[in-house]
Amino acid sequence: MLRFGLVLKKAVQVIITLFAVITFNFLLFRVLPGDPIRLIARAGNLSPEAISRLRDLFGLDKPLVTQYFYYLRNLFTGEFGMSYTYRRPVIDILQERIANTVILLAAATVIVVLIGVAAGVIAAARRGSKTDQSLVVTSLVFWSLPTFWTGLILVILLGVYVKAFPVSGITTPGASFDSSFARLLDLGKHLVLPTITLAIVDMGQFMLITRSTLVDVLTEDYILTGKAKGLPFRRVLWGHAVPNALLPIITTTALYVSLVIGGAIQVETVFSWPGMGRLMYDAVLRRDYPILEASFLFLAATVILANFLSDIMYMVIDPRVKEA
Amino acid sequence: MSTLLDIQDLAINFKTRSGDVHAVDGVSFQLEAGKVLGIAGESGCGKTTTALSIPRLLPSNARLVRGHILFDGVDLMQFSEGEIEKIRWKQISMVFQGAMNALNPVKTIGAQIIEPIVWHEPAIARGDANQRVLELLERVGIPAARARSYPHEFSGGMRQRVMIAMALACRPKLIISDEPVTALDVMIQAQILNLLKDLQKQMNLAMIFISHDLSVIAESCDEIAIMYAGKLVERGSIRKVFSQPAHPYTQALIRSFPNIYGKQELIHGIPGYPPNLIHPPTGCRFHERCDRCIDICAQSEPVLREVGEGQIAACHRIGETLP
Amino acid sequence: MNATAVPASRPPNLWVQVWEIPLGRAGIILLGIVLVLSLVGPVVFPFNPKDITSTAADILQPPSSMHWLGTDELGRDVFRETLVGARLSLLVGLLATAISITLGSIIGLLAGYYRGAVGITLMRVTDFFLVLPLLPLIIILAAIFGQSFSITIMVIGLTSWPSTARIVRSQVISLRERQFIERIRSLGATDLRVIAVHILPNVLPLIYANTVLVIAGSILSEATLAFLGLGDPVRVSWGTMLHFGFVAGAAGRGAWWYLLPPGLGIVLVVLGFTLAGHTLDQLLNPRLREF
Repeated sequence: MLRFGLVLKKAVQVIITLFAVITFNFLLFRVLPGDPIRLIARAGNLSPEAISRLRDLFGLDKPLVTQYFYYLRNLFTGEFGMSYTYRRPVIDILQERIANTVILLAAATVIVVLIGVAAGVIAAARRGSKTDQSLVVTSLVFWSLPTFWTGLILVILLGVYVKAFPVSGITTPGASFDSSFARLLDLGKHLVLPTITLAIVDMGQFMLITRSTLVDVLTEDYILTGKAKGLPFRRVLWGHAVPNALLPIITTTALYVSLVIGGAIQVETVFSWPGMGRLMYDAVLRRDYPILEASFLFLAATVILANFLSDIMYMVIDPRVKEA
Repeated sequence: MSTLLDIQDLAINFKTRSGDVHAVDGVSFQLEAGKVLGIAGESGCGKTTTALSIPRLLPSNARLVRGHILFDGVDLMQFSEGEIEKIRWKQISMVFQGAMNALNPVKTIGAQIIEPIVWHEPAIARGDANQRVLELLERVGIPAARARSYPHEFSGGMRQRVMIAMALACRPKLIISDEPVTALDVMIQAQILNLLKDLQKQMNLAMIFISHDLSVIAESCDEIAIMYAGKLVERGSIRKVFSQPAHPYTQALIRSFPNIYGKQELIHGIPGYPPNLIHPPTGCRFHERCDRCIDICAQSEPVLREVGEGQIAACHRIGETLP
Repeated sequence: MNATAVPASRPPNLWVQVWEIPLGRAGIILLGIVLVLSLVGPVVFPFNPKDITSTAADILQPPSSMHWLGTDELGRDVFRETLVGARLSLLVGLLATAISITLGSIIGLLAGYYRGAVGITLMRVTDFFLVLPLLPLIIILAAIFGQSFSITIMVIGLTSWPSTARIVRSQVISLRERQFIERIRSLGATDLRVIAVHILPNVLPLIYANTVLVIAGSILSEATLAFLGLGDPVRVSWGTMLHFGFVAGAAGRGAWWYLLPPGLGIVLVVLGFTLAGHTLDQLLNPRLREF
């Protein structure tokens, strides 16, 4: 049912944006003062042979335009250079870390979307009431919390004083598990605090956007039609208002991906969660530029694709787009 | 004939930040089963407020100051929210203006028509409900196959037909049509009006027909009520009111439209603007714009008086010979 | 509602209106408190960053009569440090916002006013920066260009303008369609004059509300950047305090007195600006108006 031309147009835009990001990234890390090799692998920590191999790989003796084509070729073959801290190819390190971040973000996203949307619907339905006002204030307070600090406070409260949950890493170090269930349970316990931290901070925004969208939708004529039909308010709300409010909420979810990636960097840092975020933090401290460069490229591409997906979903859900 | 709807001394205020708006003030009228009443007046005169108050659909800042709305002999104002929900659409349904926004854009029209049927008649078999939707669509001239289309896939006139089919879904006794043909072009207006008239006759429906357009009301109603600034100023049979309008406002309204019965004349607008309803003018609310205004008009409020058979009007100067 | 429309009149001072709304008033009070504390506090309770002890007994000590909020990992007074830290956090937030708002407004004005290639190009650039994940971008820029006060300001200012540009642009587009702008243009006014004299004053309230919200975001960004070890290491801000506290393992040792004050400072300032900005937004955006 999707209009193929429209999807194609969006896809072309995505590809152009991806190329723009790649080029931006290339320029950022190449057009800097000093020896570019410093950025690709810190000289002095690698053998002269390794350095000259990298020089060849990235065409660092050649003019900038040639370097750009070397760069593109390397990207498509998955060659992101060597990490100087880990002394291993960047691509291998990234691959190990991505899954851990996905687990964390998936858990947090489910909570954020469910609670955020539900709270937003409740607030909009009781607009102006005490419930609404307290939900709005709570959301604004949550929005104002720095993610990393919220994590630190939870560590002190629930990790150190109450000792309810582990505060570091993804598994209990040195533990051996009799069953895969026990292993999963251990992972679950480690997930609790990082997930709560991410959820608290990002929920507020979701709630506010759901609320304002719904408040808008509730003034539409078809809401009056629903009431005139004799439907009780909760049926008008869930049957007519919420489906129409979903469209802007989907767009918000795409923006949220960008937000939650920022949150993940902070939460993984605080809780030593071995994902992309902690990787970036460690890379910042050691100025491991190849890792930073590849991580940024990967995260930017993720956000761009998330936006593309939300556009497609919009088209699937909104009957008007198919015809337009 | 029995009285289906009896509105007695209805007065409604809207609370706003600048003060209470006296949107409807002392309106009374009756409607018999199977008859059509037109309510006319400029925008802001309270005609939509009056209509929406019947199935109690006014926004939350509206307050019933006084009055009763008797439907089939019972006062709707005394009903609980749950009780009034059972009356809505099952007994009193609505046809709204500009059906684009009155229809939910993300649901098929079939789903929207079947919704009140299965809600009000929970015992109905799904197949029977579907069958009724298809019949309704055919009845308003929409191919049954289009039940699965979305509102945006229809033209304005077709959407209004969908809205009419939806209004008939639960076989109500009363349909309230609020500007049902406004924003449609003239050809389509005529088609929709004919459709409404035919259906009303076939199904013996009572109907309230709200329009700012007198020619539309003249074409489709038995009786007419003219409202100005929250007040009922004249009421009577179509024939009487159009041939012998008693109130200067009615006269001005009729003058401001092309003559529907005879030769085309110049259109006269009514000079001035409707008054502020937070602080309504004393006396007759129309006196500031009235070309026949005398001293008493600004001081005391005229009451509705019988001016002919079944025709009443509220003006101090009734009884004097018209110029 | 089809009853009489009440014409909207706008009282002259926006801040008076914000003050009349409870949430807005709470925001202004919060900001007032933090501002006074940051200005007066360090004068009454001076902080010497070199006041370092080498005795273990003074390090990460809980609150006492000597140190009201305990000591940090170098044995310094957390209370005094927090008061001083406010200054840098506020300053970075304000200066970064100045860059961000100036850039965003200019780009938004031009992108909305010129509908040809200029407008399209500017909008594409805006969309491009809008889609980049903000924190990773700030991190790599700070990592590449180095850690200093001015670089932090530049990095935050140069990355946070796109949302302002978008808001301004859509407002300019709707203004541009208005008849009075068309008339002025047809009378031969130069583009610059039309933008500066006729369009800008109409977008200004919107920019105003946005500025307040951007300050909140900039202060959060500074704190996050500093926490991740990318702040100016020789100056004390709330973010750098939290960074050194984290690195020194204050959380694991339960040293709440070190982590709580600077964090609360950030929360109060950001909340103050957010409440004020939210209220301004409600006042200026008729779509959001509560009545």
